[in-house]
Amino acid sequence: MAIYILWLRQIKRYYRSKSRIIGSLGQPLLFLLAFGFGFGPIFQRAGGGNYIQFLAPGIIAMSILFLAIFSGIEIIWDKQFGFLKETLVAPISRLEIMIGRTLGGATVATAQGIIVLFIAYIAGFRLSGWAMFPFALIFMALISLLFTAFGTAIASVLDDMHGFQLIMNFLVMPLFFLSGALFPLAGLPKTLVIIAEIDPLSYGVDGLRHTLINASHFGLPVDLGILSALTFLLLILGSYLFSKIQI
Amino acid sequence: MIDVKKLTKKFDNFTAVDDISFSVDKGTIFAFLGPNGAGKSTTIKMLTTLLNPTSGEIKLDGKDPVKEKNEVRKVFGIVFQDPSLDDELTAYENMEFHGALYGIRKAERTQKIEEILKYVELWNRKDELVKHYSGGMKRRLEIARGLLHHPKILFLDEPTLGLDPQTRNHIWEYIKSLNEKERITVFFTTHYMEEAEQMARKIAVIDHGKIIAQGTAEDLKKQTNTASLEKAFLELTGKEIRKEEASTAESMRMRRRMFRR
Repeated sequence: MAIYILWLRQIKRYYRSKSRIIGSLGQPLLFLLAFGFGFGPIFQRAGGGNYIQFLAPGIIAMSILFLAIFSGIEIIWDKQFGFLKETLVAPISRLEIMIGRTLGGATVATAQGIIVLFIAYIAGFRLSGWAMFPFALIFMALISLLFTAFGTAIASVLDDMHGFQLIMNFLVMPLFFLSGALFPLAGLPKTLVIIAEIDPLSYGVDGLRHTLINASHFGLPVDLGILSALTFLLLILGSYLFSKIQI
Repeated sequence: MIDVKKLTKKFDNFTAVDDISFSVDKGTIFAFLGPNGAGKSTTIKMLTTLLNPTSGEIKLDGKDPVKEKNEVRKVFGIVFQDPSLDDELTAYENMEFHGALYGIRKAERTQKIEEILKYVELWNRKDELVKHYSGGMKRRLEIARGLLHHPKILFLDEPTLGLDPQTRNHIWEYIKSLNEKERITVFFTTHYMEEAEQMARKIAVIDHGKIIAQGTAEDLKKQTNTASLEKAFLELTGKEIRKEEASTAESMRMRRRMFRR
């Protein structure tokens, strides 16, 4: 019951903040239109095929990444504005709190991914087939969980929002730009490939591409294996750091 | 109801709470006074399972906050110094959230929430988002929330801070009648000495981490040879203004206030 109510709170907070919904949908839309139609002709001429097809899974992954990290980092606000204390003095374990919140954040982020998929559909994106669609949902859920837990871990060690800009510029943005969300990884300089291989989001983007447009760089087993393992690790790390929070 | 023996909390080289002992009898109102930075908050955090003591012993209703965290958490309700409501939820949802966290069943929860919200006169505004509430309404809601799970002890950390005299009076009426009718033990801190003088059966004064006096308001006045508790307090703790570094929470609070203007 405690986990359910914590989950429910995250959902309610999301659909109540209309400005946040519009904001978090505006950005992927902008990226999709500006990059999709802007680079489309060049991409086509270079033999890459339809760029919107290639880009959409990357943009879906991006919107999930941003929202998931935000949901995790929201803990800082709860810490500052007292609400966290209310949950910490309740007769439940910190692990339950962490699980409830993370599931809530991840649900919201996954829903966002699905909405962006619809937007992409309007922009001309087409699935290669529906058979793999359930797996695409699994990938969205994994990316959501992974980065909500990541956000929770970060928020647990930070005391205020000062570091937030730093995290956006030096962590979240690089995670997105270096993940292969915008460009194919094949034929890149070696350094860039290595960086992309370290970036967890690469496997999420690649998994989505595999399940949505049937094109993959690493292959489905690698994507699924690495993403699941990392999600598991970060959930443990997030829980551990969350349990160490001192008010 | 509350028994504290030789309680100490050290942070690195700094001793925030230094070997304090006191007890609060069942069904009484107890005031815990002290200048800023004296160790009040640290003590409350230890009593309410948010912080583990360095040494010493605490018993709340016979239970140990270090070893039996969840048992102790069911025993008390708390109103924190800072508002700790979710502004994006309605009053009713805040209550629901609390009830569910404390494992109160749906049927009982529904009935109890109605009863308490009517008691603090917020029932007809239960579906408004808390962010539209005034400071006094928020405080009443927090008290209502703290009472939802039938606690035996109610902790109030500066419950009337920043409220006008009317609202303060109102809030103390609730607390007093709760104490009389339900026999709830009340532990509170305040900077308003007249509140302590009027409400508390017993008072403890803490300064620099040590309890420097305890007893009834009369005892403290006699001991210091003063006419009011305010004078007694100043006599005990000195007139010097305390230097205290603003914590991040405080600076955030300041910023939020400015943001709202």
